Amino acid sequence: MNYFGPGHGACPGCGLTIATRNVLEALEGKCFVANSTGCLEIVSSQYERSAWGVPYIHSLFENAGAVAAGIDLALKALKRKGEGKVVVFAGDGATADIGIGTLSGMFDRNHDVIYICLDNEAYQNTGNQQSGLTPLGSNTTTTPVGELFPGKMGRKKDMVSIAVAHGIPYVATASVAFHADLRRKVKKAAEIEGAKYIQIHSPCVTGWGIDGKQTILSAKLAYETALYPIVEYENGELTRVRKIKERKPVEEYLKIQRRFRHLFKHPKGKEIISMLQKIADENAAKFNLDV
Amino acid sequence: MEKVVRGFYSIAHSVKLCKPNVIAAYPITPQTEIVENLAEMYANGELGDCEYVTAESEFGAASILVGASAAGARTFTATCSQGLILMSEVLINAAGMRLPIVLVNTNRALSAPLSIWNDHQDSMVLRDGGLMQIHVETNQEAHDMVPVAFKVAEDHKVMLPFMINMDGYKLTHAYEPIDLLEQEMVDTFLPPYNPPVYMTTKDPLTFGSYAPPQYYAEFRVALQNAMERARKVLEKAYKEWAEITGRDWGGHIVAEGVEDADLVAISMGSLTGMVRDVISELRNQGKKVGLLKIRTFRPFPAKEVRGALKDAEKILVFERAVSFGHGGPVGMEVKSACFGLTPEFYSFAVGLGGRDVPREEIVRIISDVYYGKVDQGFHFGTVKPFEEVIV
Repeated sequence: MNYFGPGHGACPGCGLTIATRNVLEALEGKCFVANSTGCLEIVSSQYERSAWGVPYIHSLFENAGAVAAGIDLALKALKRKGEGKVVVFAGDGATADIGIGTLSGMFDRNHDVIYICLDNEAYQNTGNQQSGLTPLGSNTTTTPVGELFPGKMGRKKDMVSIAVAHGIPYVATASVAFHADLRRKVKKAAEIEGAKYIQIHSPCVTGWGIDGKQTILSAKLAYETALYPIVEYENGELTRVRKIKERKPVEEYLKIQRRFRHLFKHPKGKEIISMLQKIADENAAKFNLDV
Repeated sequence: MEKVVRGFYSIAHSVKLCKPNVIAAYPITPQTEIVENLAEMYANGELGDCEYVTAESEFGAASILVGASAAGARTFTATCSQGLILMSEVLINAAGMRLPIVLVNTNRALSAPLSIWNDHQDSMVLRDGGLMQIHVETNQEAHDMVPVAFKVAEDHKVMLPFMINMDGYKLTHAYEPIDLLEQEMVDTFLPPYNPPVYMTTKDPLTFGSYAPPQYYAEFRVALQNAMERARKVLEKAYKEWAEITGRDWGGHIVAEGVEDADLVAISMGSLTGMVRDVISELRNQGKKVGLLKIRTFRPFPAKEVRGALKDAEKILVFERAVSFGHGGPVGMEVKSACFGLTPEFYSFAVGLGGRDVPREEIVRIISDVYYGKVDQGFHFGTVKPFEEVIV
């Protein structure tokens, strides 16, 4: 049996399923999955049509961190730790907004859990509403473009720093554009005892307004513009970054997505684009991304 | 071994003997000392292989137990009031997933206004959540019901969360001589948890799947059927417990002197002791009054309640909560159980938010009803005159 699929109902080109498959394959299916409510859960866990080939639980939207902690404790108490790793799959809203309390508790107690945040940068299951991880300027249904506002005002929440600040042993970002890197990170996380956080940039075809074939391209451009730095922290120290050979201007990334298209027409669009470029420049400087 | 202990300890000691695998703790008055007692046992290595964890909230505590229970662990937590309603999303979910989590709710009022004192508003909010619920009258009963809760919750015919309600302060803080259970006695009664299904890589199953309209209703029918089966399983466990320990707390209800009673007073929880005292005094005076103590609240023992009330002319319910916009929640259940019978019906909400219920108040309410001095229906007990700001 496959670890994930067949039978899921995700859109063609969905970033979540690419990420999920890679994580499960890196762990060779030896894992317990706790999944928060969201797109991944809905496309994969319908009664009688489960796409999961590993033990899987979905409880609520905002408690996957705590549910995973409970599985970890049970395995410890029942002396079954050898059976597999405990893994969370949660969306960006479940992670950075509604579930940040249970996530923080899990980090704080340093449970032996790999927490995967599948970051598609909005509440995509309910149809593209802004979350804490929605980037500046994005056109969502709750931060729509209007005469006054050119999409979301405010920056993407820095979950990576929040995770690092908890003092957990391993924190990384990854992208569906780089499978080998993603798998290496998951394997590495599995070797480390304690709480691990991996945030995977996972484009959403419908929410971002891209073609199904542009998923990998979009994710790659996010990295190449330094809007989504690919980094790795071990015990609080930045140990590795994915260097960028020829950093591209943010427009390259923005222009192919419907959620940013207004920035090229809106009176305030130029200002937002320059702010996004500043964020990218800051990322490049902070992580020393440019070769 | 009889020992004078507080209500908190009567729970903690019993929980220890039930050998839970995972305990999740979060403080809230008047529950805290239960998890403190358990923490002390954990710190001293008295809980065996149990994992005791301090959660980041009651919501987190209940969620941790969902994961632990699904993975095959015996689980326990304690809470009340705001903590219970913060847990409510999780507990209702756990009931749907058929996870036999056991919790003790030290009944406390709900905010606003904030009150740390006792009434039953908190557990009543969970009425329709799919949890089994019982109310205890004394700390010995609370002590004894913990193994019963695990046994019934984990029965393969049931598999539902179980909530023991004990009155905050009135019981939790009270020192009483408790005949503390021995390990051997609990082991005889309660087998190790043997989950019918659990999360394992050996047989990977999906828990908490979502159900479109063509499936959802059947899951809810199954939950209702489990509650129906729980009636017998619970009754059997009550009986077995009485045989093993020699302490018979009765079945779903305890009816005292109802056969010839014109008036039957109904109570749940610690108030029952005083109501019983007043009733027996009135009986000694030759008044035809009886007492009905409701122990099991979910599943609601409608048949037993109806049987006990079939000849009563007047029914009087002492409520410890209010269903705003209707009346007293226990009275609503009693009325529905008595549909078709034609007794007079009275319901009085007393002791809200820890308001003292003096003996005289019970005497007054019973005699007012007995002598027909009050209208039928829902009333509040003693309330001071006051001016409402919003009218």
